[in-house]
Amino acid sequence: MSDEKTNPHGQTTGHVWDDTLAELTNPPPKWWMLGLHASWILVVLYTLYYPSWPLVNSYFKGLAGWSSIKEYKEDLQEVEAIRAPYEEKIAKLDAKAILADPELKEYVNRSAKVLFGDNCAACHGSGGQGNPGFPSLVDDDWLYGSTIEAIMQSITNGRKGMMPKMGGQQLTPEEIDSLAKSIYEGKVIENPLYMSKGCVGCHGPDGKGMQALGSANLTDKIWRFRAEDQLASIKYTITHGVNDPTDPKTRKAEMPAWKGRLSETQIKKLAVYVHELGGGQ
Amino acid sequence: MSETPDSTAPRYEDDIYEEAANWHVNTGEEKIHAKRVTGKWRKIKWITHSIWLILFIGPYIRWNGRQAVLFDIPNRQFHIFDITILPQDVWMLALVLLFFAMLLAAVTSIAGRVYCGFFCFQTAWTDVFTWLEEKIEGPPAKRRKLEEGPWNSEKARKLGLKWFIWFLISVLTGISFVAWFTDAYQLWHDLLTGQASTTAYGVIALFTAGTMVLAGKLREQACFWLCPYARIQGVMYDKETILPTYDFNRGEPRGRLKKGKVPEGQGDCIDCKQCVAVCPTGIDIRMGQQEGCITCSLCIDACDAVMEKIGKPKGLIRYASLDEMEGKHQLPLWKRPRPLIYITILTLALGGIFYGITHLGTIELKVLHERAPLYVQLSDGSIQNKYRIKILNKTDKDFHVKMSAEGIAGMELKGAEKPLFARKGSDSSYTLYIKAPADAIKAERTPIIFKAVGIEDPTQQATYESMFFAPR
Repeated sequence: MSDEKTNPHGQTTGHVWDDTLAELTNPPPKWWMLGLHASWILVVLYTLYYPSWPLVNSYFKGLAGWSSIKEYKEDLQEVEAIRAPYEEKIAKLDAKAILADPELKEYVNRSAKVLFGDNCAACHGSGGQGNPGFPSLVDDDWLYGSTIEAIMQSITNGRKGMMPKMGGQQLTPEEIDSLAKSIYEGKVIENPLYMSKGCVGCHGPDGKGMQALGSANLTDKIWRFRAEDQLASIKYTITHGVNDPTDPKTRKAEMPAWKGRLSETQIKKLAVYVHELGGGQ
Repeated sequence: MSETPDSTAPRYEDDIYEEAANWHVNTGEEKIHAKRVTGKWRKIKWITHSIWLILFIGPYIRWNGRQAVLFDIPNRQFHIFDITILPQDVWMLALVLLFFAMLLAAVTSIAGRVYCGFFCFQTAWTDVFTWLEEKIEGPPAKRRKLEEGPWNSEKARKLGLKWFIWFLISVLTGISFVAWFTDAYQLWHDLLTGQASTTAYGVIALFTAGTMVLAGKLREQACFWLCPYARIQGVMYDKETILPTYDFNRGEPRGRLKKGKVPEGQGDCIDCKQCVAVCPTGIDIRMGQQEGCITCSLCIDACDAVMEKIGKPKGLIRYASLDEMEGKHQLPLWKRPRPLIYITILTLALGGIFYGITHLGTIELKVLHERAPLYVQLSDGSIQNKYRIKILNKTDKDFHVKMSAEGIAGMELKGAEKPLFARKGSDSSYTLYIKAPADAIKAERTPIIFKAVGIEDPTQQATYESMFFAPR
């Protein structure tokens, strides 16, 4: 061991290993030191500027007052500023007037998708295509009509149609079979039972239903209760009815009222959106 | 091996030591104060550098009531005279970049770093800055003396004035750059009233600092150690590339003039070092090709002037290739594969840009088929599909379009009974439906061609192919 501290290359730590190895104490290059100091100074400034150090009950909020939620809200305001001119117009106009303005209509078509997804898609499907037991909103067969006013009404107050059960005392199984078959073929008005058993009272002399009652059109190719075996489904509906409180096996078909749950403007937007799904008149 | 080295022959190590002793690499320890020369190349350099005047003047040119060339990034539009380029057309930018990259390669392969020596902003700004330096501080000898001398009022005054003028040029450079991206007159108005955007101030500050550091301080060091192009261009040379070259066959052995004459047995180079004195990067061209040479050709001017004075032919330093120096035959340009390949790519890129510019169109149509649900059966058994369309109006005038579609016999296009409005310079979205009778639908998927035709100007047309889906 030598305590010699000088070396042709500069100062050493004083230790020499294996007779020849020594550790130099030369400082790192200037640029490197500058980088080192710049780095820690930046770290300090950063932690002063942004929320950083944990405190006992809280944390240091930072001198700039920045927070991610605040930034998010600012961004949101930016989006809302872009939407504002449309939203103002929509608030003032009624649904029919919105439909008449192509640009406004398209704005609703695009923006109300979120509303539809949150409130309607669970039953009616993401594109309004319907689900088993829940009607399609994209076709042109509407129990209560597809004018914008009718759609507004359906959303606002909900709908609950009623068809009494016809099984048991009203119709024999043979009669039900016969009616179901002619409904399935779209020729129900040619079946004498249609008149004699009183179906005509709700479904009309032409079999096309009455929108005021919400009774189904029995002559077209659209089925309210679509099923793999459509004939069996028709028989079931005739036998147990729809929303008939006297039959526990009755079909349940209820559209809830959205008044109170959604604002008037939201309902207006949804009505326009649904109207434009493809079936609106 | 039992060879005994021949003591008279130069040994290998002697060679490398000698080379290393002469090899000076400029790492900026010493500031280069180049002498300014006059001559042919100097004139050419002024002309080529003046291309940068476009940077300063360009933004003030108006065209049809707006800035002729405006790169409007917030609104995502580039205006170049009558042409408006929207993001959809930006593929052409790739071709423009390819074109310039290939142009750089082609030119470099033929005549070296022409870009560096004659067109590069670093060279141009440094040239102007050193020109001003000479006007204020005097020729190189005086500048060196001033640099080494103590701080006094004269030094402070000269340096202050120099940096102040450099600062003005740098600020103007920054403002001119920003003016390409926003309305130039409005920018000046905003700057003078202190209302310009933070971005504008920031970019101007960056450009000011950058120009002053790069052209005032770093100068040739940027070319040596900062610039990637300098290195890339170096590898594009081959032995056929013509570059400012010292004709060592004619010049060596070099030696000083004796009594105003080149002594017997000596080459034409009189070792006056004028070529070194004028070099803006401080290299000695007589040492052959090297990374420091930006091929500015000023040494050619300097040497030619000397040759003229001592009554020798010009061109001791001239544009020549290594092959020429070695006395080899040089292939004509059109027989050299590299330039030919570069020129082919250049032509293709240019062709693409030309096609793009001439086929910009004024209207673009996009049709998106609705997926949920793919199709809807209607009460009469017919099938309906829903489409979201976007009409992009690339012109600066609002117009209307008539939409039509074909593909299935007896089908009906709904939602486009009235002409559709297309807002200028943006997208307009609409929802359309196609209803087709069940018996006319032959397949699960049928191609449908949508067509948009301008109402005001029927030459404005666009088509888009989409699909009609039906149940199996």
